[in-house]
Amino acid sequence: MTDAPASRAPQDFETTASRESAVAAFDVRSRTPLDRFQHFLHDYPTAAPIMVLLLSVAVFSASANNFLTAFNLSLIIQQVTVIGILGAAQTLIILTAGIDLSVAAIMVLAYMIMARLGVEGGAPDFLAVLIGLGAGLACGLFNGALVTRMRVVPVLTTAAATIALMTLAGMSLIWAAPIGLMLGLAAGGVGVSGRLPAGPAMEFRLPPFIATLGAWSIFAALSLWYSGGQTVRSQNIDKAAPLLKLFGQRVELFGAQFTLGSFLMIAIFMALWYVLNWTGWGRAVYAVGDDKEAAELSGIRTDRVLMSVYAVAGALCALAGWAAIGRVGSASPQSFAEGNLDAITAVVIGGTSLFGGRGAIFGTLFGALIVGVFRSGLSLSGFDPLWQSFAVGLLIIVAVALDQWIRRVSA
Amino acid sequence: MSIKSRLLASAMAAAVLAAGPVAAQEVIIGLVTKTFTNPFFVKMREGAEARATELGAELRAYAGAYDGDSGAQIEGIESLIAAGAKGILITASDPQALTDSIARAREAGILVIALDTPFDPADAVDATFATDNFLAGELIGKWAAATMGDATASAKIATLDLNERQVPVDVLRNQGFLKGFGVDVKDVSRMYDEDDPRLVGGQPTLGAEEGGRTAMETLFQRDPAINVVHTINEPAAAGAFEALKAFGKADDVLIVSVDGGCPGVENVRDGVIGATSMQFPLLMASMGVEAVVKYAQTGEKPQNTPGLDFFNTGVELVTDKPVEGVPSITSEEALKKCWG
Repeated sequence: MTDAPASRAPQDFETTASRESAVAAFDVRSRTPLDRFQHFLHDYPTAAPIMVLLLSVAVFSASANNFLTAFNLSLIIQQVTVIGILGAAQTLIILTAGIDLSVAAIMVLAYMIMARLGVEGGAPDFLAVLIGLGAGLACGLFNGALVTRMRVVPVLTTAAATIALMTLAGMSLIWAAPIGLMLGLAAGGVGVSGRLPAGPAMEFRLPPFIATLGAWSIFAALSLWYSGGQTVRSQNIDKAAPLLKLFGQRVELFGAQFTLGSFLMIAIFMALWYVLNWTGWGRAVYAVGDDKEAAELSGIRTDRVLMSVYAVAGALCALAGWAAIGRVGSASPQSFAEGNLDAITAVVIGGTSLFGGRGAIFGTLFGALIVGVFRSGLSLSGFDPLWQSFAVGLLIIVAVALDQWIRRVSA
Repeated sequence: MSIKSRLLASAMAAAVLAAGPVAAQEVIIGLVTKTFTNPFFVKMREGAEARATELGAELRAYAGAYDGDSGAQIEGIESLIAAGAKGILITASDPQALTDSIARAREAGILVIALDTPFDPADAVDATFATDNFLAGELIGKWAAATMGDATASAKIATLDLNERQVPVDVLRNQGFLKGFGVDVKDVSRMYDEDDPRLVGGQPTLGAEEGGRTAMETLFQRDPAINVVHTINEPAAAGAFEALKAFGKADDVLIVSVDGGCPGVENVRDGVIGATSMQFPLLMASMGVEAVVKYAQTGEKPQNTPGLDFFNTGVELVTDKPVEGVPSITSEEALKKCWG
C-alpha cells in the first residue's frame, strides 16, 4: 500500500484515526524473569540441552564413582557415535516437519552390504564402502520419492530387473543386489537430468510417518534377505576388508580415548551446522519445515528440498553404518533394533521441534550425549538397568513439554 | 473339501492303516516359530522339514514378522486347526498371548509341543522340548570356576544379560552361571538380588553386539578389575570382546556364553569366547516331528525328562580348554553340529 500523495488533503475517513493516538499496541508490560527465560530458550534452542547436559554431568560427578574421568567421558562420546550420526540425519528430516522411521534400517542395510561385499564378495574394501554409501543414498531417495512427487517407476524396474536377471544368470546375491541398487540409482540420475524419458511422475506425497514406517519394514526385510540373517564376524572383516573398521581406530589423548568415529560424528555435526546456517539450502530446509505453503509461494521448490533432505539423510545413515562396523566390530543384521527410536530420542531431547522449522543441529549432539551420560551415570551409581529406561522416558517427556512451552512465545 | 471331511479322511486313513509310512502320509505337522529370519529358527525349520520328509509327513511352517508378533502366530495356529493338522510345534513369542489359541487347538485333538520357549504353566501344552537353560548356565559357570582355580575367591564378575525385564531364558542362564561359579544366588527366579561382593553387576545387551560392547564398557567403568564375564549369547560376547580389546584387556578376561551358533563356535576356536553351552534347535524340531508322527499312529504323547517339567533336548559345553569334572567337546567337533 502506498501513501496518499502529499498534495491532497486528508479525506474524512482518514482524519478520524490520527496517528498520535494508538489504535492497538503490543502488550509491553514488563517481563517476568520466567518470560525472559522463555524468550532466551526460544532464541537459543541449544541452550536447554546444554544446561541439562552440564547439570547431569555435575550431578553424576558428585554421586557416581569413576564418572568424572577423561576416560569415562570420552567413552560416552564413543558410545553415542552411531546414534549421534543417525540423530543428525533424523534432525534434518524433523526440521522439515517430517520424520524418518527407517534410519536405523537404512544403516543396517548399508553396513551389511559393505561387510558382505568386502568379506564374502571379495570386493576391494574401498569399493565395498562406496557401494554401501550408495545404497544408503538410494534408500534415502526412495523415502524422498514417497513423500514428494517423483518418477520412480524406471528406477524401481531397473533395480528389480537387474537383480532378477543377474541372479538367474548365476551371480550370487552378494553382488547382484548392490549392482541392481546402483543401476537403479543411475537410472534415477538419468531421469533427473532429463536426457531420457523417465516415465510418469508419481504423485505420492504420503505422510512421512506412514511412508517411512513402511520403508522401515522393507529395508529391514531386504537386509535380512541380503545377509541371510548371518553375522559377518569381526575377525573376518579384519582379514578381508580392514578399511571397514577405519572408524574404530583409537586415538589416545590426555588419558581420554577417542575413536576416529567420534571425530567423524563431530565433523558431520559441524558440516551440517554450516550448511543449515550459512547456505540457501539450509534456509530452505527451515522454511519448508516452518510453513511449506509459504515456502512454496516464496519461490522455494519444496519437493526438491525435501528430496535432497531425505537423500542426504540416507547417505548419512550409511556413513553411520560405516562407523557402526568400527564401533561394533562385526556386522549383524539383528543389531540396532532400537537405533531408530534412540535417534529420535536424541533429536527430541536436543530441543528440535517435532512440528518442524525450529531447532539446531548441535542440540541433537547434546541430546545424544545427555542420554549417554544418564545411562553411564545411573549404571556407575549402581542403579538397576530398568531405571535407565525410566530416566530416558522422563527426559523425552520433559523435553517435549519444554518445547510446547517455548513455542508459545511467538503465539 | 471341508474341515470335517478332511479330518474324517485322515482319521479313517490312520485307522485303516494302523502303522507304517503310508499312514504318516496324511499327517500334517505345523511349525510356528517366532520369526523366519533368526538363524536359530531357520535351523529349526530345516530340521523339521528334513525329518518330516523322511517320515512322509507334511510340514507347514508359519512365523511372525518379528519377535513378539503374536498376531501372526495366532493366525498360523488357526490355519493349522483349519487344515486338520495332527500336531503343532511352536516357539511362542509371548506364551501368555497364545494360551487361548493353543487351548482351541488342543480341543480339536491336536498335539501341541512347545519348542525352546516354555509355557507357564507348563501343562498349557502337551509337552515342551527345550534346552535346559539353567544347566547351560551352570556348565559355563563351573568351567569358569575350574579354569580360574584359586583366583575364583577374588574374581570380579560381570553379567551381560538380555534386557531389564527378567525374562525366563535370561534369568535361567544368568542364575545357572552364578550358581555354577559358586555365587549364592538368593532367589533363583530373579537376577540382581545377589549380595556377593565378587559380583560387579549386570547390564542389558538386547542379545546383540552393540549392546554387548556398551554394556561391557559401562561395567568396566564401574570396576576395571572385572576378570570373568557371563554373556546371554554369542553376539553379546563378541561385542564384549571388542570393548575389552579397546581397553587392552582382551587377554585378561574370561568370557563365557550360551547358544552354539556357528559364528559363536568359531569365536571359541579363535579364543574370543572361553567356553559356550551349545543348544540344539535342529534336534528340538526333528524330535518334535517324530513325536507328532508317533502320536498320529499310536495316540501316545511324549513324556518329560524325569525331575523337569519339560523334555531336555540336551546341552553341550564347547571349549578348547577342557577342565576336569565338566565334560566338553572341542570347537572343531562343535563346528560340525553348530546351527546358523
